[in-house]
Parts: sequence; structure tokens; C-alpha cells
Amino acid sequence: MSLKRIYNLYQTMEQEKIILSFNGVVTADVLTAVLDIMETKMTQLDESSKTKKKVFNVLVECLQNLYHHIDERIFDMNELRRHKSALVMVVRNEKSFLIQTGNYIDNALVKDLDAKLQKINSLDREHLREYYREVLGNGFITEKGTAGLGMIDIARKSGNKLEYEFLEIDKHFSFFSLNVKID
Amino acid sequence: MENILREGSAKTPSVSFNSASGVLELKGRSIPENSVEFYKPLNEWIDSYGAKPCSETVVDIKLEYFNTSSSKCILDLFKKLEYISKQGSVVSVNWYFEQDDEDMEEAGEDYQAIIKLPFKMIEVEEI
Repeated sequence: MSLKRIYNLYQTMEQEKIILSFNGVVTADVLTAVLDIMETKMTQLDESSKTKKKVFNVLVECLQNLYHHIDERIFDMNELRRHKSALVMVVRNEKSFLIQTGNYIDNALVKDLDAKLQKINSLDREHLREYYREVLGNGFITEKGTAGLGMIDIARKSGNKLEYEFLEIDKHFSFFSLNVKID
Repeated sequence: MENILREGSAKTPSVSFNSASGVLELKGRSIPENSVEFYKPLNEWIDSYGAKPCSETVVDIKLEYFNTSSSKCILDLFKKLEYISKQGSVVSVNWYFEQDDEDMEEAGEDYQAIIKLPFKMIEVEEI
């Protein structure tokens, strides 16, 4: 890799207005560190506390989604590093924040996640709220404390439709990209 | 019975559950990865408290924000309090939220819709 690429990468990140990016395995320590950095960064930004809270909140849910999701899966050791890795970026445009994540997902899980996201995107604000209450009230919770509410909450806080894509990599895995806009 | 008095952290709220005064307070943020671990002792405390509650119990929820993992645990906590109120003592909830924070205001209304306890929504400048 030529050293010039470092500058090019830097320029790209500047142009894309990426104020935070992390690429790697999302462990509990990483999660804490990323949130710390984001919180420090946000105190320096000229934004309403309402927007800051939303951005922070959505980032928490996204990171915890990645953390729990990754934790649940078992791979053979060779595949482990590659498939446990995830990408998290925060973009700050003039009028909005984007929280973008990318991670590998078992092909067998794509259908259910796609159906869930389609359902979320089909609902308006009030119906999304009803859906949230329904899932909250149904009493289901896993041992890890995940409740199936993460994506619904992200959509509610964002107030925009969730943009996402599944890119099939091979017969086992797809790459799941998610873009959450907060304005 | 012993009271619970815990300092808050970057990911967990401060807790003050007082069995003598009947005032239960959660304050700060609640975003632990494993919320079950954090809330289990609190819910167990409420179970014991429920055996001999004060004639009036006041629950002060002063959360800046919480993650969805906490939201189920907080619901469980309210359900236990709802049960105590059904046994004949008075239980009420004060739900604090910061000015213009519609998300936290709505979160309080969501619980209000599910739980049969009187909720008072209180808007403050800063939690």
C-alpha cells in the first residue's frame, strides 16, 4: 500500500464528513470506548441537545445490536475474525446525522430481518409507536436482555425510513448495510 | 429491610430505594449491555418490599435516556409495583423528562398505556 493512500483515505473521510468510524470486532470494551469518544465529540458540536440525544441513543442501539448479534454466533476459527468484524460510521452533514453500520449476517437470518425491517418501514409514526408498545408489552426477553425492540426504537428516534441492503457474499453469509438518518 | 443506594455510572442510573419512606428513585442513564443483570436485584428488592410496603409508594423516574434492553426491565419493575398497588397500597409514578425531549416524554406515555398506575409527567429543565 502506498503512503499516498493514507492521504486519499483521509480526504475521502473528510469529504464524506465521517466524524467517527470504527472497523473491527464490537466487544463490550469497544462499545464503551466508541460511545465515550462520540459523547466527547458531541459536546463540541453546535447542535440541540435533542438531536445529540437522538444520535447518541441510535448509536447505542446500533452498537448493542452488533455486539449481541455478533456474540450469538459460532464460526470455525478461520472465519471468525472476518465475520465478527463490523463497520460503524457517524456522518455529519449540514442538516443531518447519518449512522451507518455494516456487518456479516448468516444467510438463514436474512429473511426474518428483512421482513421485520419492511414492516417497520411500512408503518407511520403512530403505528410504529403501537408496534413498539405491542412488542414491549408481550413480555418476551432473552437471557442477554435483548427484547426485539432495537430496530423499532431506532426507527422511532430517527423519524425517517431505515435504508438497508443485504449483499450476498457466499452461500453462508451476506453483508448487511444499514443507514439511519437523524435530522 | 435494607435500602438500595447506588451511585450512577456512564451506563447505569443511580438507584435509591428506601423502604422506610416508600420513595424509589432511578436517575441518570440506563444503557448497560446486559440490563437483566443490573435490574435483577432491583426487581427482587421490590418483591420483598411488596410483602410489607409503605401505605404510599412514590416512584421517581428521572432518566435521561435508556436503551431498549433496559425498557423491558423497567416494564417488569412497573409490573411488580402494579401488583403491590393491587394489594391495596397507594403507588404512583413521577416520570421526569427534560424540556423538548419528546422521546422521553413518549417513553413515559408508552408505559402509562401498558401499566395501570397513576403517572404524573413532569417536565424539567435538566435532569
